[in-house]
Amino acid sequence: MKTTRTFLKWTALALSVAIPLSAAQAHRSWMLPSATILSGDDVWVTIDAAVSNDLFYFEHFPMRLANIGTPPEASGGRGGRPAELTIVAPDGSRAEPKNGNIGRYRSTFDVHLTQKGTYKIAATNDGIFASWKEGAETKRWRGTMAAFAKEVPADAQGLQATQMDSRLEVFVTSGKPTRDALKLTGAGLELDPVTHPNDLVAGSPATFRLVLDGKPAANLKVTVIPGGNRYRDKLGDMTLNTDADGKFTVTWPNAGMYWMEASVRDGSSSAPNVKQRRANYVATFEVLAP
Amino acid sequence: MRALVSITLSGLVAGPAFAADMKMSVEIPRLAVAEYHRPYVAIWLEKPDQSFVGNLAVWYDYKLKDNEGTKWLKDLRQWWRRSGRELTMPVDGLTSATRAPGEHQVAVDLGKAPLSGLAAGEYQIVVEAAREVGGRELLRIPFQWPPKAEQTLKTPGKDELGAVTLSLKP
Repeated sequence: MKTTRTFLKWTALALSVAIPLSAAQAHRSWMLPSATILSGDDVWVTIDAAVSNDLFYFEHFPMRLANIGTPPEASGGRGGRPAELTIVAPDGSRAEPKNGNIGRYRSTFDVHLTQKGTYKIAATNDGIFASWKEGAETKRWRGTMAAFAKEVPADAQGLQATQMDSRLEVFVTSGKPTRDALKLTGAGLELDPVTHPNDLVAGSPATFRLVLDGKPAANLKVTVIPGGNRYRDKLGDMTLNTDADGKFTVTWPNAGMYWMEASVRDGSSSAPNVKQRRANYVATFEVLAP
Repeated sequence: MRALVSITLSGLVAGPAFAADMKMSVEIPRLAVAEYHRPYVAIWLEKPDQSFVGNLAVWYDYKLKDNEGTKWLKDLRQWWRRSGRELTMPVDGLTSATRAPGEHQVAVDLGKAPLSGLAAGEYQIVVEAAREVGGRELLRIPFQWPPKAEQTLKTPGKDELGAVTLSLKP
């Protein structure tokens, strides 16, 4: 029973990381940079990463990230696969996180911005969730695409399998904003910024484009929530829709940190024997006062 | 080295097509606060649509070791977005030390960009101040260039800036 409960808890957490959430639901995954626009010669940022209800308060679970520390037992040493952290430097090369730690409520790591320009910091998770029947028992499974082929019987009865592809991003710039790090991978749901993500000003419209597998993600609902909702009664969320080209425009009501989320359900899984796919995109943006 | 010379070269330099003159002063207010640091100040020229024309002065902690003073330049956030992030600091003839409370002349060199060869039209002087552990303030003074008549334009600051004065002569 305990195992089941633990499993369910971890399934819920993994789902909260991997699955699209509407603004009304609890548990949001986020990363929060200490700063997004930086000057000076020896530039560092610290990024917090967590799964919580309120934005951006670490009060529920740390985001599990590969290679940045060991989660304490209470915060879930068990459970699903940690997200992969990719730090793309302004010249397109990869940078390594420093001083990583996973605590009870948040994960944290530093990035040393040794180059001038814009860095893209992404936490991605690509896995498969599956369930099937063995007699009266429902088997639940999750893991990588490779493990799915080995561990899940191809003839499993009533097999339900979904590929979960999630991407969380933040952008930080030392000096002048640049665009090389913004290049798309072409897999899953991604943001193709028209307005530079480190050039956002309250009251000024910002345009972005969402792409799914490199193609325009048309007619998609995008949710934008201002941070700080712990101290206000209304969530203050905005709902936008992408046009035929995947574009949408946000006019930020105030300066501050904003959380953006969009998701797609479709049948374009890249895994054999898996029909369903859920692709999710989340980003945190800092908007400055004019 | 706090003494500043108001450089008004219009009579001496043949560069500008018109022999107009501009003088400017910025007052840094004395503040009764527990922890006081002199503000970072950027002064620049823009068009009425706020498009950037050129810098006149940047006052920051340029003498700190390892160029550490540049870390806070982004707090002059409007200047940083319009110009600062494009520059490699320090910049000769532009950057200098922060100023103590009091009135300070701003060295305006009419023989140099952005004023040298500045097309006739409407402009604004912008003064932005940001103080460590303190606030930020931004003031604008619109003016016509070249000036048609002698005039003194003055804008009072509220918190982080005192009066900003712009004196123009045809």
